[in-house]
Amino acid sequence: MANNDEHTTDRRGFLECMAWVGTGAVWTMAGGVLKGTPLEASPHRAAKGHGGLRFVQISDSHIGFDKPANTDVTATLREAIAKIKASPEPPSFVLHTGDLTHLSKPSEFDTLQQLLSELPVPVFYVPGEHDVLADDGKSFLQRYGKGTLGAGWHSFDKDGVHFIGLVNVVDLKAGGLGTLGRDQLEWLEKDVRHLKSSTPIVVFAHIPLWSVYPEWGWGTDDAAQALGYLKRFGSVSVLNGHIHQVMQKVEGHVSFHTAMSTAFPQPAPGMAPSPGPMKVEAERLRSLLGLSRVTFQAVNHPIAITDATLDT
Amino acid sequence: MRLRAAMLAVMAMAAPAHTGDIAIDNFAFTAPAITVPAGTTVTWTNRDDVPHTVVSTDKAFKSPALDTDQTFSHTFATPGTFTYYCSLHPRMTGQIVVNP
Repeated sequence: MANNDEHTTDRRGFLECMAWVGTGAVWTMAGGVLKGTPLEASPHRAAKGHGGLRFVQISDSHIGFDKPANTDVTATLREAIAKIKASPEPPSFVLHTGDLTHLSKPSEFDTLQQLLSELPVPVFYVPGEHDVLADDGKSFLQRYGKGTLGAGWHSFDKDGVHFIGLVNVVDLKAGGLGTLGRDQLEWLEKDVRHLKSSTPIVVFAHIPLWSVYPEWGWGTDDAAQALGYLKRFGSVSVLNGHIHQVMQKVEGHVSFHTAMSTAFPQPAPGMAPSPGPMKVEAERLRSLLGLSRVTFQAVNHPIAITDATLDT
Repeated sequence: MRLRAAMLAVMAMAAPAHTGDIAIDNFAFTAPAITVPAGTTVTWTNRDDVPHTVVSTDKAFKSPALDTDQTFSHTFATPGTFTYYCSLHPRMTGQIVVNP
């Protein structure tokens, strides 16, 4: 109970700023609001070995992509996996937030599966639009659909945190953005109905659930409805991929974060004619690819998100 | 294979009197609205580094995912207005007006 007292909503007043340190920053959430801390000054670096729930988010591995922006996406995914395995504090599990493959080919799924099977922990998936190119996503669901509903949405609990994997890449409408759809929204409403408002929520989905840059399709049309069902929760973290770069935003109790790709970078919003793969000098590539490490020291303790590039 | 079969089927149906070409470039259909006479075969070519699709909103035609430099063709036999989009990047839209 002491823990609860320690983390009343007053802690929200501690939000300082959206500090950026290149692609590496630690995001600490107290009372549902993020607090930015430069990596070098992170108190969590000193907190090593204290236990707690740790997991890693990887995203946009695009197995099968072979264009100039990265001609060997298998190698960079392998490096990301090696990074996870080498961590002195292994994660409990890994989340993959979609675009496992580039063209939904069985051979691409096979390669991905083979690579990720090297991880000694479970991996949870949601599909990206590149994973449902063929057969209405059957190839994805055959491999990763067990225990999921619809196009692959699902939830699970781990150490007191409720995780919700949403799918916003199917049945997209002409002129629109990402879509969750009525069935999934109804399921979500029911899924969280019986949870205590103090339960920390982590939502993961491919396309951002906030309006990053609608001009490039970087948003989800019916995200507001989904977030409406989560309004009463004191701590909601939304983890997305799709845009191949780190971005974050805080809105009330909800913190949004997008992860880097392991395959290729994409331009910052509006900084190129299109959001297509961005070719950079070979020596810069690995400073733009990477993964996100997420830590809950304990329920009612802050969540911390650290973005780690492949070259660090 | 599916693409090739679809193209052969299209070619076998009618020897088109007209053709139309639409490139897909920078996440856009480069000729977002064109008007053609009935019987025209329109060919889309993906010039991007990422796959796109060509799907009509009324499901009259639907391409497989087109990787870089792959093409999809559809012959517009009957007059009408056909709106289409990329089902992966649905903000990409286009229109074909087919005159009698």
